[in-house]
Amino acid sequence: MTTLARSLRFAESEVIAYRRTWRGTVITSFVNPVLFLAAMGAGLGSLVDDGAGELGISYLAFVATGLLAASAMQNGAGDGSFPVMAGILWRKNFHGTITTPIGPAEIIYGRLIWGLARLTFVLVVFAVIAVAFGAIDLGPALLAIPPAVLTGLAFTTCITAWTLTQEDGRSLSTLFRFLIVPLFLFSGTFFPISQLPDYIEPIAYATPLFHGVELVRKITLPGADGSIVTGIPLWAHLVYLVAMLLIGLYLSIRLLDRRIRP
Amino acid sequence: MSENLVEARGLTKKFDDFVAVDAIDFDIKKGEAFGFLGPNGAGKTSTMKMITTVSPITDGKMTVFGLDPNTQGRAIRSRLGVVPQEDNLDLELTVAENLFIYGRYHDMKKSEINPRIDDLLDFAQLSERRDSRVEPLSGGMKRRLTIARALINDPDLIILDEPTTGLDPQARHLLWDRLYRLKRDGATLIITTHYMDEAEQLCDRLVVMDEGRIVAEGSPRQLIDEYAPREVIELRFQEGEKDGAALKLEGIANRSEILADRILLYTDDADTTQERLHNRGIHPEQVLVRRSTLEDVFLKLTGRRLID
Ligand SMILES: Nc1ncnc2c1ncn2[C@@H]1O[C@H](COP(=O)(O)OP(=O)(O)OP(=O)(O)O)[C@@H](O)[C@H]1O
Ligand SMILES: [Mg+2]
Repeated sequence: MTTLARSLRFAESEVIAYRRTWRGTVITSFVNPVLFLAAMGAGLGSLVDDGAGELGISYLAFVATGLLAASAMQNGAGDGSFPVMAGILWRKNFHGTITTPIGPAEIIYGRLIWGLARLTFVLVVFAVIAVAFGAIDLGPALLAIPPAVLTGLAFTTCITAWTLTQEDGRSLSTLFRFLIVPLFLFSGTFFPISQLPDYIEPIAYATPLFHGVELVRKITLPGADGSIVTGIPLWAHLVYLVAMLLIGLYLSIRLLDRRIRP
Repeated sequence: MSENLVEARGLTKKFDDFVAVDAIDFDIKKGEAFGFLGPNGAGKTSTMKMITTVSPITDGKMTVFGLDPNTQGRAIRSRLGVVPQEDNLDLELTVAENLFIYGRYHDMKKSEINPRIDDLLDFAQLSERRDSRVEPLSGGMKRRLTIARALINDPDLIILDEPTTGLDPQARHLLWDRLYRLKRDGATLIITTHYMDEAEQLCDRLVVMDEGRIVAEGSPRQLIDEYAPREVIELRFQEGEKDGAALKLEGIANRSEILADRILLYTDDADTTQERLHNRGIHPEQVLVRRSTLEDVFLKLTGRRLID
């Protein structure tokens, strides 16, 4: 068996388990983003502009594209946290798995493959809903899926690595409260970074979700001008996110090995 | 000809400065049931984890199937069945799915796995629970399922880390019966336990471990013959009388052990020893004569009991 085949075998077992646990993920994966889209995009949007307001595009389109990346982050971060802690501590399936030909690296790859599939599905559903809202057109919506998935997976690997350094699950909800939620709010999802005080802007540039949001907007809203997106070239966002994904991946494998093969 | 499936020389496991396994040597032959007997913290699990290649060897040499665990772990694991000390069945999956995914991990085709699941559930007496969740199963059922899972790939070597700890006597006997069948069908087993009766029942050969070292090895019978006289007389006394009796034991038996709650007399001839007790005016509240066991061997070797 090749590494890929073994990783797929592990992903397969996650799919079997997911058949029983998917209900618990519906709210965060599907319902919340749509509620945000309705409330912020359609509701608030009707206040701040009337169709194609000052931003040159509708606020609904602005929020929909931001939410696509932000939703990818939330799902990706979710995949890297609780299921990983479960694998080593609660469900303990990682410990049993490594007594078979599957090794720690393939557990990480397998989870990433599974995350890729799930994330793609979740984001396509969101994109279709956004199209139904009239927020964006179908073509650009589909084009936005790969960069959004990349954003999500970059979070998955980095948060997996972080989770593997934690003793138990207590710190995981803290992570969401103090990292994921602020990123969600201040990475340009709901308003352009340029609206932030000047001394905070550089911090926003350094955060990962900002690059995901920018990447999605630059691909889906080619007409967007400087008030909506920055002048940072596309490739810079790509490099940032790919680097984040790879560093997270490398660390996850090492940390998992150390954690479950003492 | 006897082929060694596992050979270890100076096998050592350290956690930082703490030595969990201290340069042990052993050989495990094809077709035998080999035991590691020892109290809590003796280093049994650490040794099993090195054999199953899920814990790196700190020092020394070991081969499993003639392969090197450091570099050929995957090839080794593909021929092993592992029953860990702590159950790690997947509680998100059904009984059958737990077996199915391990079949897949071992690169079996779905068409191969399904009939195998039927056989194994039958063997583990779990056919009726095929599609039930794992969570509500009893401890004994979970253990049997873990054993069935370990057998999915038809392993050449089965490693069982405390297979019956925490089970009630009935569940233990059922499990022992299943392990006998495996033995009878020619499987090679490694069993760790801190129950001497388990080691006596199941193991052809065993090592006694204590504080990371092997303190004795042989067949259960050999060990008992070598380290403990044939019979043991257990004496229990009324409150306060034990210490007085302890002073009068000189020469009464081959050896005596004074424990907190009772006195053990090791002897080749229980009748004579009992006569002497009577003649010396020692009148215990309760007298129990039994054959000596591995527990007695352990006590002799370490001065401590296997289970405190
Ligand atoms: N990951 C670890 N880190 C540090 N110390 C460890 C680790 N695993 C085991 N030890 C220590 O190594 C020693 C041997 O442990 P081990 O689990 O091998 O014993 P054991 O014979 O299996 O005991 P038991 O009968 O309780 O299962 C113990 O003192 C234990 O605390
Ligand atoms: Mg143990």
